[in-house]
Amino acid sequence: MLVLLIGIIFLHVAALVLLFVSTIVSAWTTGETITADLWINCSSITGLCKAASTGEWIQSVQALMILSIIFSCLALFLFFCQLFTLQKGGRFFLTGTFQILASLFVMSGAIIYTVMSPEWVPDNNSFGYSYILAWVAFPLALISGLIYVILRKRE
Amino acid sequence: MLTVLALASVVLLGIDPSQAIVIYTGWERHALLGSDVRLSCSFFSWRWTSDDVTFSWTYRPDGSKDSISIFHYTGGMAYVDNKGPFRDRLEFVGNPGRRDGSILLKNLDFSDNGTFTCDAKNPPDIVGRPQSSPLRRVPIQAGVITGAIIGVVLGLLVLIVVIYYLMRFLVARRVFSLSVSKHGKKKKEGSQQRQGPAPPADPSKVKAAASEKKKQESRKDKK
Repeated sequence: MLVLLIGIIFLHVAALVLLFVSTIVSAWTTGETITADLWINCSSITGLCKAASTGEWIQSVQALMILSIIFSCLALFLFFCQLFTLQKGGRFFLTGTFQILASLFVMSGAIIYTVMSPEWVPDNNSFGYSYILAWVAFPLALISGLIYVILRKRE
Repeated sequence: MLTVLALASVVLLGIDPSQAIVIYTGWERHALLGSDVRLSCSFFSWRWTSDDVTFSWTYRPDGSKDSISIFHYTGGMAYVDNKGPFRDRLEFVGNPGRRDGSILLKNLDFSDNGTFTCDAKNPPDIVGRPQSSPLRRVPIQAGVITGAIIGVVLGLLVLIVVIYYLMRFLVARRVFSLSVSKHGKKKKEGSQQRQGPAPPADPSKVKAAASEKKKQESRKDKK
Protein backbone atom coordinates (compact mmCIF):
# COMPACT_ATOMS: atom_id res chain seq x y z
CA MET A 1 0.00 0.00 0.00
CA LEU A 2 2.75 2.40 0.98
CA VAL A 3 4.76 1.31 -2.05
CA LEU A 4 1.82 2.11 -4.30
CA LEU A 5 1.44 5.53 -2.73
CA ILE A 6 5.11 6.37 -3.11
CA GLY A 7 5.08 5.14 -6.70
CA ILE A 8 2.13 7.31 -7.62
CA ILE A 9 3.60 10.40 -6.00
CA PHE A 10 6.92 9.74 -7.73
CA LEU A 11 5.22 9.51 -11.11
CA HIS A 12 3.32 12.72 -10.56
CA VAL A 13 6.38 14.62 -9.40
CA ALA A 14 8.41 13.29 -12.32
CA ALA A 15 5.82 14.58 -14.79
CA LEU A 16 5.77 17.94 -12.99
CA VAL A 17 9.56 18.27 -13.08
CA LEU A 18 9.62 17.44 -16.77
CA LEU A 19 7.02 20.12 -17.40
CA PHE A 20 9.03 22.71 -15.50
CA VAL A 21 12.28 21.89 -17.28
CA SER A 22 10.63 21.85 -20.66
CA THR A 23 9.00 25.24 -20.16
CA ILE A 24 11.97 27.05 -18.67
CA VAL A 25 15.07 25.76 -20.43
CA SER A 26 15.85 27.31 -23.78
CA ALA A 27 16.17 24.35 -26.08
CA TRP A 28 13.01 23.77 -28.13
CA THR A 29 14.82 24.32 -31.40
CA THR A 30 18.55 23.98 -31.81
CA GLY A 31 20.70 24.59 -34.77
CA GLU A 32 24.35 25.22 -35.38
CA THR A 33 24.14 28.89 -34.59
CA ILE A 34 20.94 29.55 -32.73
CA THR A 35 18.95 28.05 -29.91
CA ALA A 36 15.36 29.07 -29.67
CA ASP A 37 12.57 28.28 -27.36
CA LEU A 38 9.27 29.66 -26.21
CA TRP A 39 10.70 32.79 -24.64
CA ILE A 40 13.96 33.83 -26.21
CA ASN A 41 16.17 33.35 -29.24
CA CYS A 42 19.87 33.13 -28.60
CA SER A 43 22.68 33.07 -31.07
CA SER A 44 25.66 31.03 -30.00
CA ILE A 45 28.06 32.88 -32.26
CA THR A 46 27.53 36.38 -30.95
CA GLY A 47 26.11 35.40 -27.58
CA LEU A 48 23.28 37.87 -28.02
CA CYS A 49 19.76 37.04 -27.06
CA LYS A 50 16.56 38.72 -28.06
CA ALA A 51 12.98 38.05 -27.08
CA ALA A 52 11.17 35.45 -29.16
CA SER A 53 9.02 36.50 -32.06
CA THR A 54 5.74 37.75 -30.73
CA GLY A 55 3.48 35.77 -32.99
CA GLU A 56 0.06 34.61 -31.84
CA TRP A 57 0.84 30.89 -31.97
CA ILE A 58 3.99 30.97 -29.88
CA GLN A 59 2.15 32.96 -27.25
CA SER A 60 -0.55 30.31 -27.17
CA VAL A 61 2.11 27.62 -26.71
CA GLN A 62 3.53 29.62 -23.81
CA ALA A 63 0.10 29.91 -22.25
CA LEU A 64 -0.67 26.19 -22.63
CA MET A 65 2.63 25.12 -21.06
CA ILE A 66 2.13 27.46 -18.11
CA LEU A 67 -1.44 26.24 -17.66
CA SER A 68 -0.32 22.62 -17.68
CA ILE A 69 2.20 23.37 -14.93
CA ILE A 70 -0.45 25.14 -12.88
CA PHE A 71 -2.94 22.30 -13.25
CA SER A 72 -0.35 19.66 -12.40
CA CYS A 73 0.66 21.52 -9.23
CA LEU A 74 -3.00 21.89 -8.31
CA ALA A 75 -3.48 18.15 -8.87
CA LEU A 76 -0.60 17.33 -6.52
CA PHE A 77 -2.02 19.63 -3.85
CA LEU A 78 -5.50 18.18 -4.26
CA PHE A 79 -4.11 14.64 -4.04
CA PHE A 80 -2.70 15.32 -0.60
CA CYS A 81 -5.95 17.00 0.44
CA GLN A 82 -8.07 14.12 -0.77
CA LEU A 83 -5.72 11.58 0.77
CA PHE A 84 -6.74 12.75 4.22
CA THR A 85 -10.34 13.78 3.66
CA LEU A 86 -11.74 11.18 1.28
CA GLN A 87 -13.98 8.42 2.59
CA LYS A 88 -12.88 4.83 2.44
CA GLY A 89 -13.49 3.38 -1.02
CA GLY A 90 -13.68 6.76 -2.66
CA ARG A 91 -11.91 7.64 -5.89
CA PHE A 92 -9.55 10.54 -6.51
CA PHE A 93 -11.72 11.95 -9.25
CA LEU A 94 -10.76 15.58 -8.82
CA THR A 95 -7.04 14.90 -8.75
CA GLY A 96 -7.30 12.69 -11.80
CA THR A 97 -9.33 15.31 -13.68
CA PHE A 98 -6.77 18.02 -13.08
CA GLN A 99 -3.87 15.78 -14.03
CA ILE A 100 -5.57 14.66 -17.24
CA LEU A 101 -6.34 18.28 -18.11
CA ALA A 102 -2.66 19.14 -17.55
CA SER A 103 -1.60 16.36 -19.92
CA LEU A 104 -4.08 17.59 -22.54
CA PHE A 105 -2.66 21.10 -22.30
CA VAL A 106 0.88 19.81 -22.81
CA MET A 107 -0.26 17.79 -25.78
CA SER A 108 -1.98 20.79 -27.39
CA GLY A 109 1.05 22.99 -26.79
CA ALA A 110 3.45 20.49 -28.30
CA ILE A 111 1.18 19.90 -31.28
CA ILE A 112 0.79 23.62 -31.97
CA TYR A 113 4.55 24.08 -31.74
CA THR A 114 5.19 21.17 -34.09
CA VAL A 115 2.74 22.40 -36.69
CA MET A 116 3.60 26.08 -36.56
CA SER A 117 7.36 26.02 -36.04
CA PRO A 118 8.26 26.04 -39.76
CA GLU A 119 6.85 29.55 -39.81
CA TRP A 120 9.29 31.06 -37.39
CA VAL A 121 12.27 28.67 -37.51
CA PRO A 122 14.74 28.37 -40.40
CA ASP A 123 14.80 25.06 -42.16
CA ASN A 124 18.06 23.45 -41.06
CA ASN A 125 17.32 23.54 -37.34
CA SER A 126 16.23 20.48 -35.43
CA PHE A 127 14.06 20.14 -32.38
CA GLY A 128 15.88 20.38 -29.09
CA TYR A 129 15.57 18.34 -25.92
CA SER A 130 13.06 20.61 -24.23
CA TYR A 131 10.64 19.83 -27.01
CA ILE A 132 11.22 16.10 -26.52
CA LEU A 133 10.72 16.47 -22.76
CA ALA A 134 7.37 18.10 -23.39
CA TRP A 135 6.29 15.13 -25.50
CA VAL A 136 7.52 12.70 -22.79
CA ALA A 137 5.72 14.59 -20.04
CA PHE A 138 2.39 14.22 -21.86
CA PRO A 139 2.03 10.39 -21.55
CA LEU A 140 3.43 10.42 -18.02
CA ALA A 141 0.85 12.93 -16.91
CA LEU A 142 -1.92 11.08 -18.73
CA ILE A 143 -1.04 7.73 -17.12
CA SER A 144 -0.76 9.37 -13.73
CA GLY A 145 -4.17 10.97 -14.13
CA LEU A 146 -5.78 7.70 -15.21
CA ILE A 147 -4.28 5.92 -12.20
CA TYR A 148 -5.82 8.54 -9.95
CA VAL A 149 -9.22 8.03 -11.49
CA ILE A 150 -9.04 4.23 -11.15
CA LEU A 151 -7.46 4.12 -7.70
CA ARG A 152 -9.64 3.55 -4.67
CA LYS A 153 -8.74 4.67 -1.19
CA ARG A 154 -8.10 1.83 1.21
CA GLU A 155 -7.18 1.50 4.92
CA MET B 1 10.78 109.65 -30.51
CA LEU B 2 8.95 109.07 -33.74
CA THR B 3 12.14 108.00 -35.48
CA VAL B 4 12.79 105.47 -32.70
CA LEU B 5 9.31 104.06 -33.15
CA ALA B 6 9.76 103.93 -36.91
CA LEU B 7 13.10 102.18 -36.58
CA ALA B 8 11.61 99.67 -34.14
CA SER B 9 8.68 98.92 -36.42
CA VAL B 10 11.00 98.47 -39.38
CA VAL B 11 13.14 96.07 -37.38
CA LEU B 12 10.12 94.07 -36.17
CA LEU B 13 8.36 93.82 -39.52
CA GLY B 14 11.46 93.48 -41.58
CA ILE B 15 12.87 90.24 -42.92
CA ASP B 16 14.60 88.75 -39.88
CA PRO B 17 16.83 85.83 -40.86
CA SER B 18 16.20 84.09 -37.53
CA GLN B 19 12.46 83.90 -38.19
CA ALA B 20 12.30 80.69 -40.11
CA ILE B 21 9.32 78.44 -40.41
CA VAL B 22 9.30 75.86 -37.60
CA ILE B 23 7.83 72.46 -38.32
CA TYR B 24 6.42 70.16 -35.65
CA THR B 25 5.80 66.46 -36.10
CA GLY B 26 4.80 63.71 -33.70
CA TRP B 27 7.17 61.69 -31.54
CA GLU B 28 8.53 58.28 -32.48
CA ARG B 29 5.52 56.03 -33.07
CA HIS B 30 5.00 52.36 -32.36
CA ALA B 31 2.01 50.86 -34.06
CA LEU B 32 0.45 47.43 -34.38
CA LEU B 33 0.45 45.50 -37.63
CA GLY B 34 -2.67 46.23 -39.64
CA SER B 35 -3.61 49.34 -37.70
CA ASP B 36 -4.01 52.90 -38.96
CA VAL B 37 -1.36 55.46 -38.06
CA ARG B 38 -1.84 59.21 -38.16
CA LEU B 39 1.35 61.06 -38.98
CA SER B 40 0.90 64.59 -37.77
CA CYS B 41 2.71 67.66 -39.03
CA SER B 42 2.13 71.31 -38.34
CA PHE B 43 4.19 74.44 -38.53
CA PHE B 44 4.69 77.82 -36.93
CA SER B 45 5.29 80.86 -39.08
CA TRP B 46 5.18 84.60 -38.43
CA ARG B 47 3.32 85.16 -41.66
CA TRP B 48 -0.33 84.58 -42.30
CA THR B 49 -1.10 81.23 -43.85
CA SER B 50 -0.88 81.87 -47.54
CA ASP B 51 -2.93 80.20 -50.24
CA ASP B 52 0.21 78.63 -51.67
CA VAL B 53 1.07 76.70 -48.53
CA THR B 54 2.62 73.32 -49.36
CA PHE B 55 3.13 70.14 -47.35
CA SER B 56 5.26 67.26 -48.54
CA TRP B 57 6.04 63.96 -46.86
CA THR B 58 8.97 61.72 -47.74
CA TYR B 59 9.74 58.22 -46.52
CA ARG B 60 13.11 56.62 -45.87
CA PRO B 61 13.09 52.88 -45.02
CA ASP B 62 15.20 51.63 -42.14
CA GLY B 63 18.72 50.91 -43.26
CA SER B 64 18.37 52.69 -46.55
CA LYS B 65 19.84 56.03 -47.54
CA ASP B 66 17.33 56.87 -50.24
CA SER B 67 14.09 58.55 -49.46
CA ILE B 68 11.09 58.67 -51.69
CA SER B 69 8.41 61.27 -51.82
CA ILE B 70 5.01 59.95 -50.88
CA PHE B 71 2.71 62.93 -50.42
CA HIS B 72 2.49 66.48 -51.68
CA TYR B 73 -0.12 69.15 -51.02
CA THR B 74 -0.04 72.25 -53.15
CA GLY B 75 -2.42 74.75 -54.68
CA GLY B 76 -5.31 73.42 -52.61
CA MET B 77 -4.91 69.84 -53.95
CA ALA B 78 -3.51 66.81 -52.16
CA TYR B 79 -1.45 64.34 -54.23
CA VAL B 80 -0.91 60.92 -52.67
CA ASP B 81 1.40 58.10 -53.63
CA ASN B 82 -0.14 56.00 -56.39
CA LYS B 83 2.84 53.98 -57.55
CA GLY B 84 5.04 53.27 -54.56
CA PRO B 85 4.76 51.14 -51.43
CA PHE B 86 1.99 53.27 -49.99
CA ARG B 87 -0.32 53.02 -52.96
CA ASP B 88 -3.95 53.36 -51.90
CA ARG B 89 -2.99 53.51 -48.24
CA LEU B 90 -2.49 57.23 -47.68
CA GLU B 91 -5.16 59.75 -46.94
CA PHE B 92 -4.86 63.44 -46.27
CA VAL B 93 -6.57 64.27 -42.98
CA GLY B 94 -5.03 67.64 -42.32
CA ASN B 95 -6.41 71.16 -42.47
CA PRO B 96 -4.10 73.52 -44.34
CA GLY B 97 -6.09 76.52 -43.19
CA ARG B 98 -5.16 75.60 -39.62
CA ARG B 99 -1.58 74.76 -40.61
CA ASP B 100 -2.14 71.03 -40.14
CA GLY B 101 -0.64 68.74 -42.75
CA SER B 102 -1.31 65.33 -41.19
CA ILE B 103 -1.71 62.19 -43.23
CA LEU B 104 -3.29 58.87 -42.32
CA LEU B 105 -1.39 55.69 -43.16
CA LYS B 106 -3.84 52.80 -43.26
CA ASN B 107 -3.30 49.08 -42.81
CA LEU B 108 0.26 49.02 -41.52
CA ASP B 109 2.34 46.50 -43.42
CA PHE B 110 5.35 44.35 -42.59
CA SER B 111 7.80 46.62 -44.36
CA ASP B 112 6.65 49.97 -43.01
CA ASN B 113 9.51 50.52 -40.59
CA GLY B 114 11.24 53.77 -41.34
CA THR B 115 11.38 57.51 -40.98
CA PHE B 116 8.71 59.85 -42.31
CA THR B 117 9.82 63.44 -42.91
CA CYS B 118 7.44 66.37 -43.23
CA ASP B 119 8.41 69.57 -45.01
CA ALA B 120 6.08 72.55 -44.98
CA LYS B 121 6.44 75.82 -46.81
CA ASN B 122 4.41 78.95 -46.27
CA PRO B 123 5.40 81.37 -49.05
CA PRO B 124 7.16 83.74 -48.68
CA ASP B 125 8.33 82.03 -45.50
CA ILE B 126 10.22 79.10 -46.95
CA VAL B 127 13.37 78.81 -44.90
CA GLY B 128 12.97 75.90 -42.55
CA ARG B 129 14.22 72.48 -41.59
CA PRO B 130 12.09 69.41 -42.33
CA GLN B 131 11.17 67.36 -39.28
CA SER B 132 11.27 63.58 -39.11
CA SER B 133 8.97 61.23 -37.34
CA PRO B 134 10.19 57.62 -37.07
CA LEU B 135 7.69 54.78 -37.22
CA ARG B 136 8.26 51.36 -35.70
CA ARG B 137 6.02 48.41 -36.41
CA VAL B 138 5.12 46.26 -33.42
CA PRO B 139 3.52 42.95 -34.40
CA ILE B 140 1.49 42.29 -31.28
CA GLN B 141 2.33 43.22 -27.74
CA ALA B 142 4.37 40.43 -26.29
CA GLY B 143 2.51 38.42 -23.74
CA VAL B 144 -0.98 39.76 -24.39
CA ILE B 145 -2.36 36.55 -25.84
CA THR B 146 -0.50 34.43 -23.28
CA GLY B 147 -2.01 36.34 -20.42
CA ALA B 148 -5.43 36.29 -22.02
CA ILE B 149 -5.50 32.51 -22.47
CA ILE B 150 -4.23 31.83 -18.94
CA GLY B 151 -6.67 34.31 -17.46
CA VAL B 152 -9.65 32.85 -19.29
CA VAL B 153 -8.91 29.26 -18.32
CA LEU B 154 -8.25 30.06 -14.67
CA GLY B 155 -11.33 32.25 -14.58
CA LEU B 156 -13.43 29.38 -15.93
CA LEU B 157 -11.98 27.11 -13.26
CA VAL B 158 -12.86 29.52 -10.47
CA LEU B 159 -16.32 30.01 -11.94
CA ILE B 160 -16.98 26.26 -12.04
CA VAL B 161 -15.85 25.85 -8.44
CA VAL B 162 -18.04 28.73 -7.28
CA ILE B 163 -21.07 27.43 -9.15
CA TYR B 164 -20.56 23.93 -7.72
CA TYR B 165 -20.44 25.16 -4.15
CA LEU B 166 -23.39 27.48 -4.76
CA MET B 167 -25.50 24.61 -6.08
CA ARG B 168 -24.60 22.47 -3.10
CA PHE B 169 -25.48 25.27 -0.71
CA LEU B 170 -28.80 25.98 -2.42
CA VAL B 171 -29.79 22.32 -2.59
CA ALA B 172 -28.95 21.82 1.09
CA ARG B 173 -30.93 24.91 2.03
CA ARG B 174 -33.93 23.74 0.02
CA VAL B 175 -33.87 20.30 1.61
CA PHE B 176 -33.58 21.88 5.04
CA SER B 177 -36.50 24.29 4.53
CA LEU B 178 -38.71 21.47 3.19
CA SER B 179 -38.01 19.33 6.26
CA VAL B 180 -38.67 22.31 8.56
CA SER B 181 -42.07 22.97 6.96
CA LYS B 182 -43.01 19.27 7.27
CA HIS B 183 -42.17 19.21 10.98
CA GLY B 184 -43.92 22.52 11.47
CA LYS B 185 -47.18 21.11 10.01
CA LYS B 186 -47.05 18.03 12.22
CA LYS B 187 -46.51 20.19 15.29
CA LYS B 188 -49.52 22.39 14.46
CA GLU B 189 -51.83 19.40 14.06
CA GLY B 190 -50.63 18.03 17.40
CA SER B 191 -51.17 21.33 19.23
CA GLN B 192 -54.70 21.92 17.77
CA GLN B 193 -55.85 18.64 19.27
CA ARG B 194 -54.93 19.97 22.74
CA GLN B 195 -57.72 22.65 22.57
CA GLY B 196 -55.61 25.53 23.76
CA PRO B 197 -54.05 28.56 22.24
CA ALA B 198 -50.78 27.34 20.87
CA PRO B 199 -47.80 29.38 21.99
CA PRO B 200 -46.05 31.28 19.17
CA ALA B 201 -43.36 29.11 17.68
CA ASP B 202 -39.88 30.29 18.56
CA PRO B 203 -37.69 29.94 15.44
CA SER B 204 -34.63 28.71 17.34
CA LYS B 205 -36.69 26.16 19.20
CA VAL B 206 -38.24 25.00 15.93
CA LYS B 207 -34.77 24.59 14.40
CA ALA B 208 -33.47 22.67 17.41
CA ALA B 209 -36.53 20.41 17.34
CA ALA B 210 -36.11 19.83 13.59
CA SER B 211 -32.43 18.95 13.92
CA GLU B 212 -33.17 16.61 16.81
CA LYS B 213 -35.90 14.87 14.83
CA LYS B 214 -33.50 14.62 11.87
CA LYS B 215 -30.89 12.95 14.05
CA GLN B 216 -33.46 10.54 15.44
CA GLU B 217 -34.63 9.64 11.94
CA SER B 218 -31.07 9.08 10.70
CA ARG B 219 -30.33 6.86 13.68
CA LYS B 220 -33.46 4.87 12.92
CA ASP B 221 -32.39 4.55 9.26
CA LYS B 222 -28.93 3.33 10.22
CA LYS B 223 -30.37 0.67 12.48
